[in-house]
Amino acid sequence: MKTDIILAGVGGQGILSIAAIVGAAALGKGWNLKQAETHGMSQRGGAVMSHLRISDQPISSDLIPLGGADVILSVEPMESLRYLPWLSSGGWLVTNSTVFDNIPNYPDINAITEEILKLPHAVLLDADTIARDLGNARGSNMVMLGAAAPFLGLEREEITGAIGMIFRRKGEEIVRANIAAFDAGYAHSSNRAAR
Amino acid sequence: MQKNLLLGAEAIAQGAIDGGISGVYAYPGTPSTEITEYIQVNPEALRRGIHRTWSVNEKTAYEAALGMSYAGKKSLVCMKHVGLNVAADPFMNSCVTGVNGGLVLAVADDPSMHSSQNEQDSRFYGKFGMVPVLEPSNQQEAYDMTYEGLELSEKLKLPVVLRITTRLAHSRSGVVSRPLKEENQLLLPANPKQFLLLPAFARRYYQNLLSKQEEIVRLSEQSPWNRLLPGTDSALGIICCGLTYNYLMENFRESHCPYSVLKITQYPLPASLVRNLEASCEEILVLEEGFPLVEEQLASFFGKGTPVWGRLNGKLPRAGELNPDHVARALGKSVHEGFPVPSLVAGRPPALCQGCGHQDLYFALNEAIESIGHGRVFSDIGCYTLGALQPYDSIDTCVDMGASVTMAKGAADAGIQPAFAVIGDSTFTHSGITGLLDCVIEKSNVNVIVLDNEAVAMTGGQDSSARGRIEDICAGVGVSEDHIRVVVPLKKNHAQMVSVIRQEMEYQGVSVIIARRPCLQKLAREKREKARQGE
Repeated sequence: MKTDIILAGVGGQGILSIAAIVGAAALGKGWNLKQAETHGMSQRGGAVMSHLRISDQPISSDLIPLGGADVILSVEPMESLRYLPWLSSGGWLVTNSTVFDNIPNYPDINAITEEILKLPHAVLLDADTIARDLGNARGSNMVMLGAAAPFLGLEREEITGAIGMIFRRKGEEIVRANIAAFDAGYAHSSNRAAR
Repeated sequence: MQKNLLLGAEAIAQGAIDGGISGVYAYPGTPSTEITEYIQVNPEALRRGIHRTWSVNEKTAYEAALGMSYAGKKSLVCMKHVGLNVAADPFMNSCVTGVNGGLVLAVADDPSMHSSQNEQDSRFYGKFGMVPVLEPSNQQEAYDMTYEGLELSEKLKLPVVLRITTRLAHSRSGVVSRPLKEENQLLLPANPKQFLLLPAFARRYYQNLLSKQEEIVRLSEQSPWNRLLPGTDSALGIICCGLTYNYLMENFRESHCPYSVLKITQYPLPASLVRNLEASCEEILVLEEGFPLVEEQLASFFGKGTPVWGRLNGKLPRAGELNPDHVARALGKSVHEGFPVPSLVAGRPPALCQGCGHQDLYFALNEAIESIGHGRVFSDIGCYTLGALQPYDSIDTCVDMGASVTMAKGAADAGIQPAFAVIGDSTFTHSGITGLLDCVIEKSNVNVIVLDNEAVAMTGGQDSSARGRIEDICAGVGVSEDHIRVVVPLKKNHAQMVSVIRQEMEYQGVSVIIARRPCLQKLAREKREKARQGE
């Protein structure tokens, strides 16, 4: 059993916090993990990605081969498309629809949406609005993690347990709010996954 | 056994702490920065009082580490690949003096230049200095090799190079620790003149280094890190250096690799293992991250024309970082790309943060020099290098740390007057001060602009050695105090900044304009840190 995940976003959007939770959940059940991150110059508002690999078997490469990713989880719509060569034919693309526009030539969002929905397995959701409606405006990454959760090969409780662990220091209230955000994302795509 | 989830860089740090270092010396540089940062907050390092303050540059870092070794204690010195160019003088000569306490040089290369000016391969420095090089293939080996590298250094009385690349430095995996070792006691070198390279001594010590070469090859050949894994198909033999072994194995997830594989993680080349591989196969494929160091050596190694494939003959790309797909193609396996990237996807390069003071200074500089034209702003390495891009287009060069000041001087000597040097505060103390002295001595018509955000910002906001010292340094070097100006780069100060720059432009001599406003990222981080401590 293995899940290879490409995490995508813009430097500063906090994709590594998602990676930390998935990693903790995987380690919690005794799985192996390799997670290659982007540090350095790109973190200044550039495109960033992380290869996250979890498996009950030993993992060789820190990098996922082309066509090998089970999931692309992106917190920004255009960024979700940048790494499509890595997506396996049966893999899922899960992305936030909220645009992060820090370049002069950002493409038309409708065209982006069209490209996303062309894929055989795509989940597109407005995680920022969902998080805001829950009163947790900073929880959009947790909504996104929830939306990807049915495709990660991990149980819901394994991930919520990891959220509890990672945010424990920030107090019960933050943990509860983040799990609520996670569940909202989870509810959004669990019916998709069941199809 | 308890596994800790560590970046490759952090695994080196933990290995060094557990291996009993008394000090880490470093200047921040991607992808090596996290080694030192890990030690700076590690509870055991704090309890022991391990030295962990940033050095002013890689040369001072290396020399301080060597001083700690002189005193009999173990030390770790860390830098990025181009940092080793700065530290090359002490490094090369320390190979001749040898060490007293164990000394490991952890150097992180950046193939594909994710955050660098070139992709030079530090294994060449190890070969150049004739000392052992360790190249871990994964995070666990990064830990183990640092731990054992300190022992190896003390045993051979030579510095040991630990070479990693971006991918390993910035990838996390589980790492098992070993028992914590004691630090060394103070102990002067047995030979009190060991570190005295007067020519008469240096010749003797160099002979001593040469005489150790057979032993360090033998150690490579016997190293448990270098392994020959026999295969069943003699058509090909594969040499995997460092983490390329993982890329090979990724291609045999569901089957066994039929070819003999020589995994190399300790240099110099284990000659006998290479010969054994060659004897068992018809052709050799070399997988190595960086330059074709092994491939070049093998091209003339066997004398009977065994074909050697790699980066030099198109089997693998000549430049850039390798990955499992490159290796698949080299093995003749097909690669199945998932879906094409739609043509509408636009590039998203890094950019200065919204509200960063560098922006305000650049807009002022552009206006101030509009009348005298382009091509006279020499710059340097840091966040502010992004000022070369739109919408600023303010700077014309970025070559190496400190080159802004000295290139501006040379250009001014040639007739480009006034010339500007735009340099960050930390880059200024790293390598700008000596160039400024050159300017002062010759009264060069150079305007130095120090972008002072009181941090080493690009690498994550480490403390800058320049903080609170720039005016004194400039005055001390001999810049006239009338021409050391301080401005606050804010939009509302635009007209004043333009005016100050114009005034200094008129002055026929050396001026320094310090544009001082703290890095927003660092401020935000410090605020978060305070909030956390307040909990």
